[in-house]
Amino acid sequence: MGQRGYMARKIFHAAITVLFVLTFNFFLFRVMPGDPVSLLARSERLTPADVAEQRKLYGLDEPLPQQYLTYLRATLTGQLGVSLRSGEPVSSMIGRALPPTVLLVGLGTLFAAVFGVLIGIRGAWHRGSRFDNSTLLGSLLLYSVPEGWLGMLLLIVFAGWLGWFPAGGYTSGTTTGFARVIDIANHLVLPLLTLTLGYIGEYVIIMRSSLLEVMHEEFLQTARAKGVPERLVRRDHAVRNALLPTFSLLCLSFGYVLGGAIVIEAVFSWPGLGRLTYDAINQLDYPVLEGVFLIASIAVIMANLVADLSYGYLDPRIRAA
Amino acid sequence: MTTQLTDRPSPPAPPRSPRGIGRARRRRAVAASWATFRQNRQGMIGLIVLVIFILVAILGPMVIDPAQLDPATATGPLLHPPTIGYPLGTDNFGRSVFLLVIDGTRISLIVGITATIGAIVLGAGVGVVSGYFGGSRIDTVLNAVTNWFLVIPWLVLAIVLASILGRTLQNIIIVIAITSWAGTARLVRAQALSVKERTYTERARALGAGHWHMMTRHVLPNVFPVLFANAILTVALAILAETTLAILGLGDPNAISWGGIIEAAFSAGAMSAGWWWWLIPPGIAIVCVTLAFTLVGYALDEVLNPTLRSR
Repeated sequence: MGQRGYMARKIFHAAITVLFVLTFNFFLFRVMPGDPVSLLARSERLTPADVAEQRKLYGLDEPLPQQYLTYLRATLTGQLGVSLRSGEPVSSMIGRALPPTVLLVGLGTLFAAVFGVLIGIRGAWHRGSRFDNSTLLGSLLLYSVPEGWLGMLLLIVFAGWLGWFPAGGYTSGTTTGFARVIDIANHLVLPLLTLTLGYIGEYVIIMRSSLLEVMHEEFLQTARAKGVPERLVRRDHAVRNALLPTFSLLCLSFGYVLGGAIVIEAVFSWPGLGRLTYDAINQLDYPVLEGVFLIASIAVIMANLVADLSYGYLDPRIRAA
Repeated sequence: MTTQLTDRPSPPAPPRSPRGIGRARRRRAVAASWATFRQNRQGMIGLIVLVIFILVAILGPMVIDPAQLDPATATGPLLHPPTIGYPLGTDNFGRSVFLLVIDGTRISLIVGITATIGAIVLGAGVGVVSGYFGGSRIDTVLNAVTNWFLVIPWLVLAIVLASILGRTLQNIIIVIAITSWAGTARLVRAQALSVKERTYTERARALGAGHWHMMTRHVLPNVFPVLFANAILTVALAILAETTLAILGLGDPNAISWGGIIEAAFSAGAMSAGWWWWLIPPGIAIVCVTLAFTLVGYALDEVLNPTLRSR
């Protein structure tokens, strides 16, 4: 099967997975105590007219298969229902929460991956050295630390005792322009540090073990026999091959990082998807939770699709499989 | 391996029944594995730490007076830093944080281990069936479900399920089991696929073994070593998952785990007020236990998976 067939298969697969998420969401929403609209009716923020509109949106008077189709149509056109607390559309709440989360998760993944991979390469190449032993132990230790608790520790030390950074939030409010960028960056430091430390261990361990696996391959001996300098053997022959599985695993772990970000945002009052989720848990705001679940799942499925597609591009052997 | 075979003490009197032969062989395999495990220093350190925590979990309730853990009857000073009488200080109800952490050991371990048992049973069941019927329609469906659970952001799913089911210990265990079985299923499926192709399973099939016999007597026992190491590693993840859910306020308010103590300190504002003695000890306990399970799991993986040992 060629490149095009491979891509088509992967895209089809992702589409099926998204449909599965939608279906799961649909049934979950109906397993809950009471139908969505009776929950809405209990909300004091909504007028009877609002409730009637929602009832129509969910199509609750129709038979279940019809409801399913109505639900699919509503979701695919971006209508995710309204918050039980504020009456605001869930889609606009999520839209507002997305940029801070993308900033935090994006930079956190980047830092954790880049530093983790570099440390992992060095550790594997000098296997058993003091550097390798200490970074491996450190990685296992960081892997065992709950991210939320790590965030609280950093808050006590750097915000409470030392007072270097603000104790939470996104901005101090009034600034604009360049001062605002500095202000946000200042608020970002601690949550970003927490996320990076919380996930760097995994990347070190993955990169280290996949490089160790490659290091016994005969093509490295061949390269050395040809007189290729050790530095280039490492860069062009060993690391290049070890990066492939690492890259794929990194994309697979995206869902975990997103989960970690939820707790970290809750601890630091970072106004992203995590904070939205945390507030929705405490207020039993089901439509918001459903919306976050949907968006987070689609983001992860897309990350996996990108991984699959670029993986097929990077490693021609995969396409045939 | 050969040295172990020759060093072995003289075999016991030959057992008569085939079942006895099998049992003796298994006992020897366990003894050999244990001898290898004992040489793994990190694994042994992890094991010792685990034994200590398990003893604390079992003995704790016998030693602690429940009245000291009850917010209504606790007698300590409120939010006091560590003193001799309260080695880790007190919380906002005047309870000793030291006693809270000891009591939390039991809840955290119960959740971690029970959720893991659930996840392993589910994962092994799905994995064995999927692998044994590899390539069939059953496999396609089960594999798709497994992959779906692997891809989905587990914490978001856990949050949705936990808020729908309600905040009890039992529900937390169910939620963690549902969100952590997929990795096991994939591992077991891969093993089962390879076991299925070996000649002795072909022989058993030729002798007329049914699907159930094949899966329970041939595939499952061969998958078991991998499954065991995987289970130990899953406990570490389950304890971390419980902590995360508790910190988000989804823990059982009547069964306070380590995560629950952290959550209580967090909501009371321990960070801005600087009540570090309330926040730090439960976290350290979590790190110790998680690390210990991870070290034991890796060591077991090395012992039971000979291809890893040579490296």
